[in-house]
Amino acid sequence: MTRKQKRATIIAIGMCFLAVAAALTFFALGQQTSYFYMPADVIAKPVAPGQRIRLGGLVEKGSIERMDGTHVKFAVTDGEHTVKVGYEGILPDLFREEQGVVTEGTFGPDGLFVADSVLAKHDENYMPREVADGLKEKGVWQESEGGSKNGG
Amino acid sequence: MAVELGHFALVLALALSIVQATVPLVGARVKSYQLMRVGETVAIAGFLLILVSFTTLVHGYIVSDFSILNVWENSHSAKPMLFKITGTWGNHEGSMLLWVMILAFFAAMVAVFGRNLPPSLRANVIAVQGMVAVAFLLFILFTSNPFTRIIPAPIEGKDLNPLLQDIGLAIHPPLLYLGYVGFSISFSFAVAALIEGRIDAAWARWVRPWTLLAWAFLTGGIAMGSYWAYYELGWGGFWFWDPVENASFLPWLAGTALLHSAIVMEKRSALKIWTVLLAILTFSLSLMGTFLVRSGVLTSVHAFATDPARGVFILIILLLFIGGSLALFGLRASSLTSGGLFHPISREGALVLNNLILSTCTATVLIGTLYPLLIEALTGEKISVGAPFFNLTFIPLVVPLLLAVPFGPLLAWKRGDLLGAAQRLQFAFGAVLVVMIGTYFFSDKTSTAAALGLGLGFWLIFGALTDIAFKAGVGKNSLSVVFSRLKGLPLSVFGTAFAHAGIGLTVIGLVSVTTLQIERIVLMKPNDVVEAGGYTLKFSGVTPFKGPNFTEDQARFDLTGPDGRRLGEIAAAKRLYPARGMPTTEAGIRTFGLSQLYVSIGEATPNGLVVHAWWKPRVTLIWIGALVMMFGGGLSLCDRRLRVGAPTRRKTAVEAEA
Repeated sequence: MTRKQKRATIIAIGMCFLAVAAALTFFALGQQTSYFYMPADVIAKPVAPGQRIRLGGLVEKGSIERMDGTHVKFAVTDGEHTVKVGYEGILPDLFREEQGVVTEGTFGPDGLFVADSVLAKHDENYMPREVADGLKEKGVWQESEGGSKNGG
Repeated sequence: MAVELGHFALVLALALSIVQATVPLVGARVKSYQLMRVGETVAIAGFLLILVSFTTLVHGYIVSDFSILNVWENSHSAKPMLFKITGTWGNHEGSMLLWVMILAFFAAMVAVFGRNLPPSLRANVIAVQGMVAVAFLLFILFTSNPFTRIIPAPIEGKDLNPLLQDIGLAIHPPLLYLGYVGFSISFSFAVAALIEGRIDAAWARWVRPWTLLAWAFLTGGIAMGSYWAYYELGWGGFWFWDPVENASFLPWLAGTALLHSAIVMEKRSALKIWTVLLAILTFSLSLMGTFLVRSGVLTSVHAFATDPARGVFILIILLLFIGGSLALFGLRASSLTSGGLFHPISREGALVLNNLILSTCTATVLIGTLYPLLIEALTGEKISVGAPFFNLTFIPLVVPLLLAVPFGPLLAWKRGDLLGAAQRLQFAFGAVLVVMIGTYFFSDKTSTAAALGLGLGFWLIFGALTDIAFKAGVGKNSLSVVFSRLKGLPLSVFGTAFAHAGIGLTVIGLVSVTTLQIERIVLMKPNDVVEAGGYTLKFSGVTPFKGPNFTEDQARFDLTGPDGRRLGEIAAAKRLYPARGMPTTEAGIRTFGLSQLYVSIGEATPNGLVVHAWWKPRVTLIWIGALVMMFGGGLSLCDRRLRVGAPTRRKTAVEAEA
């Protein structure tokens, strides 16, 4: 091979690899990203069963139900609407009534949101940012919500 | 009083940094040796001042001086002494001070150990390092001052986030920063070379040890962070592709590429422009990581406080340095001549392939990390790009690289013999086949993914062994000749082999856990039994326990091995830190060989306690692999040829043979 051909070969191989990488990235961005919804968003533009989303809001007061085994059900609310969520596993330490939560999963055919991950805050000063923004838009956010509880 | 001393030292350090950023630069321009020398003295003095400042803050934490806002917010008098000290960098202000201290430390290292660098290059490097220091000292003094007082001083502090009260967190940030910030040296060298408009193989010989040092620390820092997340968060996961984790992984990927391209530049004078660009990009990614973590655009355990002013400030620093260095690159890069030609099948070719794949991987991880921020800025929609995205893009891209790794060191410079390399690897390949067949038929779950993945890990390890064996002439020479040749091999050859084998170990750990782990979630009442991986856990009940600054409910389990032998107890706990009113989960972990049994508990319900138990086969290899990589980096650093200032022995046994 001449020098030119060698260089062309290297560049061609490199380009092929980059093309594959770009294709993979675009495909994965299309398939594997999940949009964030508040309960009101779910009512406004329904989500197809099986489509992966993240659902955030506050855990509705009195909605936590222990089912058989480690199965648990609760409702996520944004003050206007609520969505029922089912989850199997250990709930995070700071999972509580009327606290911010972000769940990720898909809607089942019966309209129950089946979560495979539940994230609460990991610090009492912190509210999941999407939830805080969403609640601010709805006007149910109180600044004092994140305040520290100890007297010092 | 001591606090004001620390504050004053920091302001003084800023003044010195301004001198450091300008005077040597002018000196190099007008060729004044005196002016150039100023940089060294100032760099060392600046480091000492920041050290004083940092020590004062640590002292404030040790004596629980709650008149310092920062100490009040993050400490508590009942906290164990170790966590009082490490709490210094468990918050935004303190960790930024540590960041700058390490930056100044590296500048001082160049001043001390760079005596035989060309004077103008040394002056320019120190000046660039000074510019970065000025920017970050301004950032600390204006937006994140750790020495702010509160009057009157509160009696008790608010305590550190309990998740951060952990030995892992004592080590993770300093290691990570030594890596992150260590790349600033490569950056400064690159910018200095662009300022001078001159670059040669000697430049690469200077840059490589610094990069290697930073890389080894970063490897350790990332591994430590991963292990911390694994045992402290109680989720049993070790890597979440969280943006904050990616922020440290990106410079690692780019730094790994830089390490390899610098070899080509040093040995063959090729890839000059690319190496300089990579050096700039690696530190830019470190800066971007600092921005992502510190600005509050991401919410995570790392984003201590969100203050828009800080985000904007770091963004300006980011744009200034990345934009400035890239503009300089655009102006000057054409003046750097490129050297040595090579055949695609050669050591250089293999290293180019490494760089191609690693930079593509860096790009995909970068896109995945920034895409949600971009979409939110453009459309206001909130999306998340999680593990599925990264698994789908990163893994297929990186596997070809891992497959190719064993070939690289076996190829000769300039023109290699692929067939010859393949023949040398036939034993490695045979051994891998045995491993794969063995895994396929004998593992508890017959999993093709496990067989292929474990095969890949062993391929890397056997490949590294093959390289050493070949270079020592195993099979061709008598045992004594082999030994004397082994002794004669440069340390960097062993460094390479260890680093590559380390990746193999990590791959084995990752694959074992993801494909073969056993997970159980059950409700348990006392005397209930759960089994995972052949081990049986019998729940014996919950007992309260009181620690220094927490109370906890310990769930105790009697452990029985696969052979029916009793193995003592495992305790998992729910802990409450009253100062913050914050509960945490403490996992119970028991190590058997390389594998671990991992138990974590949830809330108590009327029907029993929620228990999550995992059997994690060979999980520790993930981090042992990282340690082996660090060790490899350390070996290479000790190599005579790499040692800064050591006379170079051009002809070594390997090169003579190749």
